[in-house]
Amino acid sequence: MATADAAALPNAPGDVAPGESNEAIHQKHATSEPTTAKEGQTKGSPRSLLDLGSGGGVAAGAAWALAAVVTAGWPDINEWSYTHLLSIIETIIGFVLVALALAFRPDDPIAIRIRRGSPWALALAAGLTIWEAVTAKLLWLPPPFFAPPQALLEAYLEDWPRLLECALHSSILLGTGYLIGAAVGFSSGLAIGWSKAAAYWGHPVLRLIGPLPPTAWIPIAFFLFPSSWSASVFLIALATAIPVAILTWSGVSSVPASYYDVARTLGAKQGFLVLKVAVPAALPHVFVGLFMGMSASFVVLVVAEMLGVKAGLGWYLQWAQGWAAYANMYAALLVMALLCSGLVTLLFTVRNQVLSWQKGLVRW
Amino acid sequence: MVAVAIRPEPPANPGMAVAIRNINHHFALHGEHLPVLDTISIEVEPGELVALLGPSGCGKSTLLRLVAGLDQPSSGEILADGVPVTGPDPSRVVVFQDPTLFPWRTVFDNVALGLEAQDRLHKDRHRVGTALQLVGLSHFAKAHPQQLSGGMAQRAALARALVNDPRLLILDEPLGKLDSMTRITMQSELVTLWRRAGFTALLVTHDVEEALYMANRVIVLSERPARVVADVSVDRPYPRGRGDQYLVELRHHLLDLLGLGSNW
Repeated sequence: MATADAAALPNAPGDVAPGESNEAIHQKHATSEPTTAKEGQTKGSPRSLLDLGSGGGVAAGAAWALAAVVTAGWPDINEWSYTHLLSIIETIIGFVLVALALAFRPDDPIAIRIRRGSPWALALAAGLTIWEAVTAKLLWLPPPFFAPPQALLEAYLEDWPRLLECALHSSILLGTGYLIGAAVGFSSGLAIGWSKAAAYWGHPVLRLIGPLPPTAWIPIAFFLFPSSWSASVFLIALATAIPVAILTWSGVSSVPASYYDVARTLGAKQGFLVLKVAVPAALPHVFVGLFMGMSASFVVLVVAEMLGVKAGLGWYLQWAQGWAAYANMYAALLVMALLCSGLVTLLFTVRNQVLSWQKGLVRW
Repeated sequence: MVAVAIRPEPPANPGMAVAIRNINHHFALHGEHLPVLDTISIEVEPGELVALLGPSGCGKSTLLRLVAGLDQPSSGEILADGVPVTGPDPSRVVVFQDPTLFPWRTVFDNVALGLEAQDRLHKDRHRVGTALQLVGLSHFAKAHPQQLSGGMAQRAALARALVNDPRLLILDEPLGKLDSMTRITMQSELVTLWRRAGFTALLVTHDVEEALYMANRVIVLSERPARVVADVSVDRPYPRGRGDQYLVELRHHLLDLLGLGSNW
């Protein structure tokens, strides 16, 4: 379109009849070449760079196959015992991707998912190949600080019982502390937001200890509590409770007075006003607090496990580092990332369920 | 939408008598004494629809809040059927200018709010459906408030009030924020509902035509602090025509009282 316009306007004055306005030229031009315009549009219609089309799955599969070839065919400088297994796994992933990409019709939901995920699958294969090359194959990143992928595989396959136990231990500790903290934070936030007496006493306390990083309590907690486990539960609960309390409080105080007026004229008593008006109206804030509390609890969990608790992923990280088992450290870090991300996903799923009313924005 | 009975049945529930006696009210604003209501006395007979007409900001809504029991007057007393009003009660329900539906509840659950608050939802559940039908929202029972248009939301708010079978319906500019077409429709609907149910109604409005179209009586209030300027009875049968000559003349008269006569 743009080039055609340029040709029609200043460079071809002969086309312009005397007295014909520019607008008329545009019109004439537009009507004379509707097909070109249309073609240009379809050609230029946005097709994202990330959409590799149905070939995406095949390309990703090929990339994994290539990673397998690099892993198996290019000899390690130092021998790693799981190089062969890694290449087998990479081959399997490559085959599965190709098979899935070819097995479904392009409009099938599974095919669409594969297409959407294929850039990531491809990038992962590329990243893995580069990682493999600069560690095991070239030793550009020196061992033992940088472990090749097969070393992580080794860590998982040989030390999985301990990793599993640590993950379980961390989950139980985190879950106990988080649930206690969320419950305490929610109820104290609700009390401060609702009752003047609770606000009088609670507000200054919250203002004083709220900004304090929960980790600052570690020395006190570890000698006040009978075990390092209970001290850690306390610290995690504290880290969770403060943001939950502050956000619940702010949520309750921001409930419009008209909500209470309506409920009161309809015969609502105190209990109803709290549980059926204040709490549901404050829930969007409460979930922000629960999310912030969760992030804070992760921090405290790892620090507490590194300092005193004799199990858990934080302890494992510390322990692996002590033995210079860096591959195990990376392996534990990955488990921890998956665990934390999984918990946040779980929280968001719950939130989307509970607050589903916030989304219904369709208007009749 | 409202099924009009050709011969209105005898009212199901007798309206409430409201006596507003020597009410004075003021706000304390930044330490200043701000008078809002100045010695207001109004007697409302059971079953009447009384419009309170006055300039914007004159204190009409404050008066309604006092009648609803949401606030207490600085002096004077309000009697509902001879009993002093000390707090809100589901026999006196307010429909506010904003529908104020709870966004986390479906339309059905919003309408059921009063029954739930009074702990009688289990036995009176059927009333919710009836109320929704009355305002033409049966098909929207499962919708959430944000899915409703302004007029539909206000109808839901009306159903939420009516489900309690109020003896006094307090309408605080309930149509104030609606577009003019929805407004005209809902004025007729409200009149039909009121005539059928027999409750007493207090309607705050600043729309002279609305007051004359709907009310038995129009009470004109002055600028803040509000005093009663006139108490005009609108002696015309229902349903009324908007072009009714008598109403047109009365409208002229009321505009005069509001100091807007020159705009006629």
